[in-house]
Amino acid sequence: MAELVRLGERASRPALLAVQDLKVSYGAIAALKGVSLSLGQGEVVALIGANGAGKTSTLRAVSGMLKPKAGTITLKGERIDSQPSHALVAKGLAHAPEGRGIFPNLTVQENLDLGAYLRNDKAGIAQDLEKSFTLFPRLKERQHMPAGTLSGGEQQMLAIARALMSRPSLLLLDEPSLGLAPQVTQTIFRILRDVNAGGMSILLVEQNAHLALDLAHWAYVLETGEVVMEGTGQALLGSPEIRKAYLGE
Amino acid sequence: MYKFLQHVINGLSAGTIYALVALGYTMVYGVLKLINFAHGDVMMVGVYVGYAVAFLLGRETATTVPGALLVFAVAMSACAALGFLIERFAYRPLREKPRLTSLITAIGISFALSYGFQLDWAVQDWTILPGAAARRFPQIIEPKEWLVLGDSDVIIWNWQVISFGVAVGLMTLLQLLVFKTKFGKAMRAVSHDHRVAGLLGIPVDRVIAGTFMLGSALAAGAGILYAVKDKSVQPLMGMFVGLKAFVAAVIGGIGNLPGAVVGALLLGLCEEFVVGYTASSWRDAVAFGFLIAVLLVRPAGLFGKFQPEKV
Ligand SMILES: Nc1ncnc2c1ncn2[C@@H]1O[C@H](COP(=O)(O)OP(=O)(O)O)[C@@H](O)[C@H]1O
Ligand SMILES: [Mg+2]
Repeated sequence: MAELVRLGERASRPALLAVQDLKVSYGAIAALKGVSLSLGQGEVVALIGANGAGKTSTLRAVSGMLKPKAGTITLKGERIDSQPSHALVAKGLAHAPEGRGIFPNLTVQENLDLGAYLRNDKAGIAQDLEKSFTLFPRLKERQHMPAGTLSGGEQQMLAIARALMSRPSLLLLDEPSLGLAPQVTQTIFRILRDVNAGGMSILLVEQNAHLALDLAHWAYVLETGEVVMEGTGQALLGSPEIRKAYLGE
Repeated sequence: MYKFLQHVINGLSAGTIYALVALGYTMVYGVLKLINFAHGDVMMVGVYVGYAVAFLLGRETATTVPGALLVFAVAMSACAALGFLIERFAYRPLREKPRLTSLITAIGISFALSYGFQLDWAVQDWTILPGAAARRFPQIIEPKEWLVLGDSDVIIWNWQVISFGVAVGLMTLLQLLVFKTKFGKAMRAVSHDHRVAGLLGIPVDRVIAGTFMLGSALAAGAGILYAVKDKSVQPLMGMFVGLKAFVAAVIGGIGNLPGAVVGALLLGLCEEFVVGYTASSWRDAVAFGFLIAVLLVRPAGLFGKFQPEKV
């Protein structure tokens, strides 16, 4: 096992999510070989790493899309590994998956409604819908169009807005910048910063290490299914190793 | 001209019945990507349940409106329950296994039902139970001429009108359910991607079970309409009607709800014209010929999107 490097001091916060020694396999392929990480309330934690490092698998295990082979996942002190996805939504988890996962045949509005599937407070839902439209005015213009007609950036906005509709306490985001123009990416990251400032915790997987580390309070670097380095976003941004491997210097 | 009109009426009457069955195939395919080969046989079971209810009610009561409604209601509920059990205990355990496993299971259930119902369960004269011989289906709708044109050139029967009305009514309810309710939205989400649907809090298992129950109930309704038309019920009717409805669903584009209805109406008309203008022995050959012709031009059916896929 690689030596774990730790850079910078982590501000102490009440724990929200704790992953202990998580192992995930696809058939004979071991995707995660014992990943441990944690996330405090109100924190943005980034997971960075090369393609195939295991970032998506980590999120999938946390949100119940995958059954871990070993290890534990705890949300607000409660074991959640082996619970189905839909039960975790009720516990405050929202996952905007890799590839966005919007429903192309459903309208933008219907996609957003489904984000609030478990809620029954009509007034609150209407209020949150307006909030989404304030955050993403493009979605309001497209409200009654099939979501499949949206551009890639708009679809990503829809995926994030839809995840927010459940009023989660923890938002899992998988590569929100993938395939987007730099300006659109900037917009999305500005919104994520605002959302976090409003108190929401975020576990962010991102190829664009620069953006991710800039936003994150704490970050983990994954390499072939293992955490090899962790630290504050700023400390990792300053690390020569990281700059060489992930920031293209 | 009168003859043509009569064939159109008969064709639409058969087509709407196929449509109700075809909707079940296409809905289940939508949420599970599974061809539920047992669907037609579930329909057949529903017809036997309706038959038993009508039998118990007796001729006097069964032909009243409340009596006929009771026949439909009990048969549809029983099939919803059967659909639930089949999904829960046969398909759900296999959901993460290769698709072929479920397909073979579906064929197995189909055979178990259609041949199980051919066994002689009781003494010969206790005809409330199924058996190898066809049973006379009681006329829960007493046949009357509804409209006669010319010198009896075109006859529209009351049961044709009622059957058409019931079928269209059920399809309208389904349309409202799928496009106007929360369950319908969830169903459409699950058909597109059940993993993502789960991430939004949608209880995928329950939605799939609900879809099976819905499709099975519609099939029972269709089966009874078919039995009223045919005046008989027999254990293999599920295979015959089911196969036709499946063809209709594929013609329309499997997984597509309006497609199933259009495919079924086209098939009903097509069969009726063949029987009317040529010989009835050509009926099935033409039905499958029609299927092949459509698939040659549009491999995914009339309304389907083409995605190469292994069964
Ligand atoms: N559905 C799958 N089937 C088989 N192997 C997979 C699957 N998804 C991911 N993997 C493998 O698991 C490892 C981790 O993948 P993933 O978690 O997607 O990484 P990342 O998101 O960091 O790119 C890779 O080796 C990948 O090839
Ligand atoms: Mg990934």
